[in-house]
Amino acid sequence: MITMGILVNSSTKVLVQGITGRVGSFMTKMMIDYGTKIVAGTTPGKGGGYVHGVPVYNTIYEAVKEQGPIDASVVFVPASIADDAIYEAIDNGIKVIVAITEGIPLHSEIRFINYARTKGVVIVGPNTPGILTVNECNISIMPAFLFKRGSIGIVSRSGTLTFEVAAALAKHGYGVSTAIGIGGDLITGLDFIETYEMFLRDEHTEGIVLIGEIGGDAEERFANYYAKLEPKNKKPVIAILAGKTAPPGKRMGHAGAIISMGMGDYRSKRESLEKVGIPVAETPSQVPLLIERVLGK
Amino acid sequence: MKLYEFESKEIVARYGIPVPRGRVVDKPEEALQVAKELGAAVLKAQVLVGGRGLAGGIKIVDKPEEALQVAKELLSASIRGERVERILVEEKVCIDRELYISLTVDRAARKLMYLVSEIGGVEIEELAKKYPEKIHKIYVDPNIGYVDYMAREALQALKLPWTLLQDLANIMKGMYKIMIDYDAELVEFNPLAFTCEGKLVALDAKIIIDDNSLYKHPELQKLYGREFSGFERKARELGVGSYVELDGDIGIICNGAGITMMTMDLVYYYGGKPANFLDLGGGVTRERIKKALTLMLSHPRAKVILINIFAGFTKLNEVAQGIVDAVKEVGMKKPLIIRFKGTFAEEGMRILKENGITEVYTELDDAVKMAVELARKM
Repeated sequence: MITMGILVNSSTKVLVQGITGRVGSFMTKMMIDYGTKIVAGTTPGKGGGYVHGVPVYNTIYEAVKEQGPIDASVVFVPASIADDAIYEAIDNGIKVIVAITEGIPLHSEIRFINYARTKGVVIVGPNTPGILTVNECNISIMPAFLFKRGSIGIVSRSGTLTFEVAAALAKHGYGVSTAIGIGGDLITGLDFIETYEMFLRDEHTEGIVLIGEIGGDAEERFANYYAKLEPKNKKPVIAILAGKTAPPGKRMGHAGAIISMGMGDYRSKRESLEKVGIPVAETPSQVPLLIERVLGK
Repeated sequence: MKLYEFESKEIVARYGIPVPRGRVVDKPEEALQVAKELGAAVLKAQVLVGGRGLAGGIKIVDKPEEALQVAKELLSASIRGERVERILVEEKVCIDRELYISLTVDRAARKLMYLVSEIGGVEIEELAKKYPEKIHKIYVDPNIGYVDYMAREALQALKLPWTLLQDLANIMKGMYKIMIDYDAELVEFNPLAFTCEGKLVALDAKIIIDDNSLYKHPELQKLYGREFSGFERKARELGVGSYVELDGDIGIICNGAGITMMTMDLVYYYGGKPANFLDLGGGVTRERIKKALTLMLSHPRAKVILINIFAGFTKLNEVAQGIVDAVKEVGMKKPLIIRFKGTFAEEGMRILKENGITEVYTELDDAVKMAVELARKM
């Protein structure tokens, strides 16, 4: 099979941090069933056993020593100790860390995300549904069966809205290369610009759906960046934004979904995107129609 | 979680940052007593909503005797819908200039950042719109923290005399320590007064604590939820998820922040108005949906309830059971419109239909349209 997508593919070797927990173990089974190469798991103090056939280690150091280099890890560790797990992964040479955990303290996030960046490590999340390269590698809690393989990249600040969009795309015959949740917190490892650049380099991705929401200015920054790109570096992008009717000053579920300091409202995001030629869908069912329009097929 | 001004100032003072002399009171007689000790005084309603000054929440009394009447009025008032239960009585400070300083999180840079401006006393939102060039930003590396050059830079931006460098440095160092010690997402002095005596005083202080860090601060965690009332509070007490009260008549229950917002947006798109935002979060259990639905069935404004669950690792047969449990226990007091998609959707739908719940949809648009139509008819 030709590999496609961004960050992870069929040859990615994956470690599960917190593999013996309820969610960690359940999701490990789902990921293995999808065909993901889960080579090891860790839970301090529970090394020596197996979870769904995957060897469990006390430390990543030990896992790497026995299994060889590991490309990516997925973190199902509780919020209060998630930073510890992430530092362990960074310092053991893992280059992609998918931090599913919700509720990690803000200042921990700021520290480990800055540390990861200095080490050239990509943090997906925190508070993300994960990353899925369709039919190749599932490092996520997404219902992967909904995603058809194809040439649309999805980059999202949300979880379930991503599923909704993927289902709408599939209904119209559009498949997905990679779907990635960049996370719902105030601070995230990746932003829309960096993720777009990865999709740009992936020759199998022809168009991109950006799923944004109120709060912060990541969508506006992406619009400014996109406007300045040379035509040869432009892949078609369409967007859908949640929170058009959200009241200001209220946190709408995600730590990062709040209109504050006069920033982050729907209108500013929508206008910025439309101004630079990125159409914005009002409903998930409009997404495939807009994709059809920008791809011309 | 937002702290009240008086709570923020207690913390700020402990870090050696000058604040006006004063005390928080909840009775007019106490306000009078404090005013007598201070002379000319400022009475400030303690509320968590913004824009307090414009809404009449700050009063100056030049004669202490006036404090009794003013305090009575303030303590029986509401500021933008929030009841005033306490007032902070402070000495009146002679102000030469009002400045702005805050330490906050820059989401784009993923770093902390001081914002300073020679224009204070107006809301930073307004300042950012009108005079963006008057806001100076100083980024702080999380692994290095505050460094003294930052105070020199801020001093320049604030157009303050060189003699105040040490004072400003102490304030900025204190702000950084508070930010870290209290796991804050914002420490803001607006205004920071440059007084007639040439000193710097934090006239107002605002601290917002990161909700995800509250578990590290039991004394603050106890206070969590106090800014909520009515159904927002009930939902928190029940632990069913994230709830925001809105003013329409269609009750909304979904799983995931993005899809809940989108469902809300769709209700508007098709001409309806949501009564609330309720995001159950990931992994919805039978018990959680039961509690959530029971809560929404008792909502006075919600005429119909729209449940939209897109299941990844949630199991829709369990969700259906929870819905049936709630209806059996409290009765189907209002129409339910349900949209199921994902894991075990068919089984979930079968369970609902067997139990007389028939408005069940696969497509989100269809469900929303039906909810809007039913609400309009009722």
